[in-house]
This record gives sequence, C-alpha cells and structure tokens, in this order.
Amino acid sequence: MKHFARLFGELDSSTATHAKIDAMTRYFAQVPPADAAWAAYFLAGGKPRQIVATAALRASACEAAGLPEWLFEESYRAAGDLAETIAHVLAPPSRCSDWPLSFWIEQRLLPLRDEPVGERAARIVSYWSELDATGRLLLTKLIGGGFRVGVSKLMVQRSLAQVAALDAKVIAQRMMGYTDARHRPSAGDYLRLVSAQEANVRESGQPYPFFLAHALDVPAAEFAAALGPIGDWQVEWKYDGIRAQVVKRAGRVWIWSRGEELINEPFPDLLAAAAALPDGTVLDGEIVVWDGQGPAAFQLLQTRIARKHLTPRMLSEAPARFIAYDVLEWAGVDRRGMPQFERRDCLEAALGTAPGLSLSPTVSSPDWPGLAQLRQSSRERGVEGFMLKHRLARYGTGRTKSDGTWWKWKVDPLRVDAVLVYAQAGHGRRAGLYTDYTLAVWNRAPANAGQAQAVLDAMARHEPARPDALQLVAFAKAYTGLTDEEIRQVDRVVRLTSLDKFGPVRSVLPSLVFEIGFEAIQRSARHKSGIAVRFPRILRIRDDKPLHEADTLHTLNALLASTTRQC
Amino acid sequence: MVRSSDLIDPSVAAGEDLVVLRPEGLYCPAGNFYIDPWRPVDRAIVTHAHADHARRGHGHYLAHTASRDVLRTRLGEISLQELAYGESIDHFGVRVSLHPAGHVLGSAQVRLEHRGRVWVAAGDYFVSGTRHDPGDSNATCTPFEPVPCHCFITESTFGLPVYRWAPQRDVFAAINHWWSENAAAGRCSLLLGYSFGKAQRLLAGVDAGIGPIVVHAAVDALNRAYRAAGVALPPTKLADQVNDKSTFRGALVVAPPAVQQSGWSRRLGETSEAFASGCMQLRGARRRRNVDRGFVLSDHADWSGLQRAIAGTGAGRVIVTHGYEDVMVRWLREQGLEAGSFVTEYGDDHEQVVEAQAPGAAGAGQVGP
Repeated sequence: MKHFARLFGELDSSTATHAKIDAMTRYFAQVPPADAAWAAYFLAGGKPRQIVATAALRASACEAAGLPEWLFEESYRAAGDLAETIAHVLAPPSRCSDWPLSFWIEQRLLPLRDEPVGERAARIVSYWSELDATGRLLLTKLIGGGFRVGVSKLMVQRSLAQVAALDAKVIAQRMMGYTDARHRPSAGDYLRLVSAQEANVRESGQPYPFFLAHALDVPAAEFAAALGPIGDWQVEWKYDGIRAQVVKRAGRVWIWSRGEELINEPFPDLLAAAAALPDGTVLDGEIVVWDGQGPAAFQLLQTRIARKHLTPRMLSEAPARFIAYDVLEWAGVDRRGMPQFERRDCLEAALGTAPGLSLSPTVSSPDWPGLAQLRQSSRERGVEGFMLKHRLARYGTGRTKSDGTWWKWKVDPLRVDAVLVYAQAGHGRRAGLYTDYTLAVWNRAPANAGQAQAVLDAMARHEPARPDALQLVAFAKAYTGLTDEEIRQVDRVVRLTSLDKFGPVRSVLPSLVFEIGFEAIQRSARHKSGIAVRFPRILRIRDDKPLHEADTLHTLNALLASTTRQC
Repeated sequence: MVRSSDLIDPSVAAGEDLVVLRPEGLYCPAGNFYIDPWRPVDRAIVTHAHADHARRGHGHYLAHTASRDVLRTRLGEISLQELAYGESIDHFGVRVSLHPAGHVLGSAQVRLEHRGRVWVAAGDYFVSGTRHDPGDSNATCTPFEPVPCHCFITESTFGLPVYRWAPQRDVFAAINHWWSENAAAGRCSLLLGYSFGKAQRLLAGVDAGIGPIVVHAAVDALNRAYRAAGVALPPTKLADQVNDKSTFRGALVVAPPAVQQSGWSRRLGETSEAFASGCMQLRGARRRRNVDRGFVLSDHADWSGLQRAIAGTGAGRVIVTHGYEDVMVRWLREQGLEAGSFVTEYGDDHEQVVEAQAPGAAGAGQVGP
C-alpha cells in the first residue's frame, strides 16, 4: 500500500502528463504483478461494486473520531471529499502496516462484503488505525468506490506501453474490458497486458479503442477555408445517445459502451438484432431510443439503463435502435486502416446482413452554406447537429488527429438569462468555494425594476411568496462555464448576500444574472418549473443585465414549443 | 506556569464585559482602548504586526517590544509604547499585560484585569497537537503560554477537526527531502510562504547543509528584524543580488506567494514549486494553488491545539473570532462552556491572503495572516 500511496501522492501533486506517466512506469516496474494488476485497474478507472455504503463509512468514522455527526458534516463540507475528511479527523495511526495492494484488496477489502455489519465496521476502523492520512484516504476511496486521480486511461496505457516496450494501441486493445466492474484483475491478467507476445484478440469479445471527435469551433462562413471542399467530407447527423461498439465473434455478441463497459444486459433487443451479423464483425455507432419518428429524448434511454429488470412493456415503450456509422472489423479483418469512404462501403455491406440494425444516413449538400441551413433543423429532428468525417480519415485511437479527423458540429445551445438563487460548495478542486449554482427565471415578467425589487425585499424579510405572486422559479443547476477568477468573484457575492443556510446550500439575495446555455429542453414533472434542460452551463455573467430583465417561464415554454418535433 | 485555580476566582466572572465588539474593532470600555482595531482609533493594543491586525492610522499603539521594528517598517513613525512579556501597565484601572502567542515574532496575547475579572484576547496563536511537545513549538518566537482567565477570546482559522498538524520535524523532513531531490536533479526549489513569520520559520527549520539559500527582498526585510531580535536564521543570499543564475540550481529560494508564475520566478530556471501553509492540509486547496508540492505548516493552532489552548486557560466563557466561528461556538457549547462569537475583519476568510505592501520591499511584499 505504501508504494501505491506514494504513486497516488506523485500523481496527485503533479500537473505534467509526462511526469505522471513516468511515475506510473516506475511504479509498475517496481511492484509484483498482482499489485500492478490492481493498480492498473484502479488507475484506468475500474470500480468494483461498492464494498461498503458511504453512510456506513461515515458513521464508523464519526464514532472512531469521537465527533458528533454535525461536526463531521462541517468538516466534510470544508474538505469536499468524504475519504479525505475521514483520513484527517481520525487520530494519528497507532501502528503502521505495509501490506501489498493486492493483499489489501483481495484478503481484506473484498471479503468485507460478506461480513456481518458490526464486524465489518470494526474491521474498517482497525484498518484505518494502521495507515497514515494518505493510506486512509486511498483505503476509504477503494472501499467506497470513489477512487479517482488525475490520470486518463490513455495515460495508463502509455505507461504500460513503456513497461512492455509495445505500441500503446496494442495495450489499449488488450485493456478493453479490463476495468469492467465484474472483472477481478489477477497477476496473470496483468502479465498478459504487458506480454511481448501478440495475443489472438479476435477470438474474444474485445472491442477496439473508440475514435473520438473534436468540437468544431470555426464560424460557418470560414468552413471552406478551414475544411476545404464539402465533397472531401462524409456528413452524418450527430445523435444524442450512447456511443457503442457491437462485436460479433464466434457466435456471440458483445455490446461495449464508450466507457468500455459491457452493456449487453440493458439491450436484449439489440443483442438479438446483432446476432444476424457474420462472425468477425465490429460496428461502431450510437444507441438511441426510437419513438417511431426519430430519436427520442435522451431521458428515455437513461430510464431504460437505470432499470434493474427490463419489463416487456419497457422494451415496447422505449425500443432501442443501434445506428451504425462505422465498421472496424469485417470478415475477421481489422479495417481501421482503411479510409472512411471505403469503410462506408464495407459498413453498408455488413448491415445488409442484419436488418435489425440501422445505417446512419449520410447527408448531402452542394456547399457549406447549404449544410449550415440544414443544421437549423437539427432540434426538430431530435439530433445534436452534424458529424463531419474526412473521406480519407482512418479510424484512430482516442482523441488523436494523426489518423484523420472527425469533427462534431453541434447546433448552437439554447440560451436564457437566469438569476442565481442558490449556491452550493463544490468538491475536489472546488472544495470550500461556492461553485454549484441553482438558477431561476421569473414566473412572469416584472413590469419594472421596482416590482423586482419588491420581490427581493420580501425575500430579505424571509417572507414566503404567495403562489400567484411575482417570483423567481428555479429551473436548472449549472456547475461549469466560469473561469477560476469569475468563480472567486461569484463566491464572494454568495458569501456577502447569503440569506439562509440549508446544510451545504446557501440561498442568496438575487443579484447576479447569468446567460445559461443548454442542449435541449423537455417537460418534467420532477421540477417545480415543469421544465428540465440538458447539459446546462454558464455562458457568461451578464453584469449588464438588470435583474428584472432576466428571462421568464414564458421564454422557456416558447423554447420548448419551438424545439419539439412536429408530429 | 500558574494553575488557573491559583489566580481565578470563578465567582467574579460575571459583570460587565471587559471586551465588546464595536464597528472599529474589539473595545475595552473600562480602559477606553481597542485591541487590533480595523478602523482608525485613538488607542490601540496590537497583538502582532501582520497587516490585518496592525493597521494604519491609530493615535497611539501598544505592542510587544519585539514587534517594534516590523511595525515601524510597515507603519512608519507611529506613537508606540512597548511592553515585554509579563510586564504590566495600568490604564484607567485596567491592568494590561502581554503574553507569548507563538504566532510570529512579537506576537502576544493581551491579558486584561479589572476588578477581579480577567479576560485574554489571544490574537493569532500557534499551539499544535493534543499534548504539549516542547520540540514542536514555533522556534522563531517565544512559544505560546496559557494564561488563566475568565473569558478567552480565540481565533478559529483552522477550527475544524480536519486540521491536525503533523509534528514539525516530519514536515521539515519532507521539505528537506524535496529540496535534496531537486538539488540532485539540478532544479531550483522555490518555497512559497508569507514573508513575515512563515518564511523565517521555514528558514530556521530546513537543513541548511543541503545547498545555498536565497530569499526574496520582502523576506529579507523581515529576516533583518528577526536577526536583530536574536533569532538564529541560516545565512541567506538576496535573490536580486544573485548574478550567476546557476546559483539557483540546487538552491532553496524562499519567497512570498505572489511571485508564483511571475517574471521574478521565471528567471530561477527549472523550478519545483511548493507552498507552505495550513491550508495545504486539504487536496482541494492544494490543487487550486497549482504547485508541485504543498507542505502543511501553519502559524495558527490546529483543531487539537485550539481545544488545548482553550482548556488551558480554565475560562468558563469563550468568544470565537475569525475562522470557523459557528462550528467552534457550537462545539464549545456542547462541551459545557459559555460561547459566543465576534465578527471581525481579520483573516478575510480562510482562503484569502491579506496583502499589504511592505515599504522598502520591492515586488511582492506580502504579509499574510
């Protein structure tokens, strides 16, 4: 554990990618394979099913530290991280142990699941007492399932590639499925990861690393200059679903999400459709719920994934569809090195064999302005804009551009001007700063600044608003979009204008107007405003906008009406 | 040390408060003077020379003798009366004396005695850990001493149980290790800490055998005051006088936080940056700072230190100032004490640094809380 704790410290304190990769490489070269197996698993984002519920960890820590619950909560609020809070509030260790990581996980942590509750708590407290603050932090994160440190899977792969003296793409392919929640990495698994021998991956269900697109930040007028003639590009609609690879080999089907999780279970309908594909086929595409006309709102897909048991009714009400847009393997041959237009031919041939799967249609337009015109219809078609794929692009690994480029040209976000009404302290890097904002619009437009001020005065007197009175209605939470300096400014305003504290949340006397952007807007019975927005974020602080000119529920309803598909 | 029962008669604890809060600052009505006021007043007792406690514009100042040089450097020609620790004066029947707070050079707790009642305003102070460890006090000034009183006015900068300081020898071992590794790799070690107090504590604590030590001009100005007061600091070079840039490779450079990512620090060449502060206890604060290393070294009491200091006074009543007032008040009440808080203008939140230009110090002359 000490080695792993030191590595964690190095990764946590460094901001340089190469320094992090070198630190991992040193670690992997130093520890036994059984430890390296687990370290690679956790660093690459593997999360075993939670071993102990966080509520239980919290309770054990309070008791062991001799703190009342409220004081523990206050500490947690300042630290912004449960494991870190626990690590610090406990008394310094009585004795220090140094068991290997694999021993900790396999002999101590995983068996905790089968222990009776009382025994489990006693063991955890005793484990804490033999570790220093970093060790405790790690242990608690591993037990609670919240381990995360600033390295990407790609960085872990590059490090393992250094260890094995292999290409990182080979490691990436071998690593597919390695971090699956049900997988328990062993010394043998790790040795296979870094083995100098080429394994026969085509026998197994391993998918390929996903090729990721870049956001296109060029004004439409400059497309010709930046991208060249439109004829060089294959244009498709961009779907808002789950990116997935369908692998058909040796008579079996595997569906992998972009998070490299096996997602066969939520999609029995797609498994059946993909069974028709010939062996040695791997397709890349998007899973969406189809409502008969086109893709349904992402919400429906979400509820389907969240269900533990799929009912026949669920399957018929929210039918999944796999929209294929690329082929990575065909007739057992890796096709990623072929140019996009040739892969497209292959893809069409592949889909001819499986009528239950859909082909992503290509969009044609004589020129860029024509395409820009067509893009305006994205929302009513239930898509997010366009994907532009160069006809000669090979299928790369991750977010690289060396093999060719995929651009995502998303439709401009919907915008409203909203008022900050609640703020909550952030976590991690933003601990102790108010960074999570709840935003509101007026239920109807105030006639003038005086009317708005009267509402504020009533709020300052803590008078609840009558249901029909002019008031602000919360409709969205946003966490991103401000610079560090702006966050500090807003934090200061929140502290100065606080009205009430509800646990970690403060209500403020409204004084800030933000321009909020979001991708989509839907009706929602769960929200007081009756509205739910997708991917809300702050576009800018509207210092120029007086409070009474912020937008209203009417604005939101109008957006809702204008973006809903006309049936 | 005197036991609280020897001096304090609990039966006289009641009565008019010796210190109250006024818009100008903490005020002693019986003696008609203020303690660390933030607005100009006629008479001010200043606990220590940090900018948020020692402000400009008061008519008369009273402070510990060792604060004199820093106060004069920062505030110019002020009317200043000096007291040694334990020495007392009588002002309108209020007996005033100063006692060591262990925070920075000259830092003092203010003890007030009037008609049998004793109040202590501690200002900022440093006590750490659950048990007294003579090896773990602030080596650059007189260590904190508990002063028995009826009412204790305490800071709460780190008044949460997550703030627990490791023994200083461990912290300095980590700093020395970091410096040695950098020196071996031919890198400069830039250690950021407030110019007044933290910088000197770092200098006094590191192993000067590892390599040359270079300081920023703002730090140097305060080093002079410390050396004049007889505090042993290792030999240092002034950064602005280093002509051969290769000197920085392998050197430890101690500078105020404001030089981070400035032109001043760029000329040091390849550098590992570290920040020394109690705030560095939390990862979030460390990551926000964006330094390679954060060393947890504070001039303020940790949670255990605060509890130990309060208990050590024997006070039945505690007034909490700057920091986590609400938390401390609730906790102390649950421990059976009478507790309240004063809203002060010290510290300006836990994350904030009170910045003030030290006259004569070029560039980032920062004096932190």
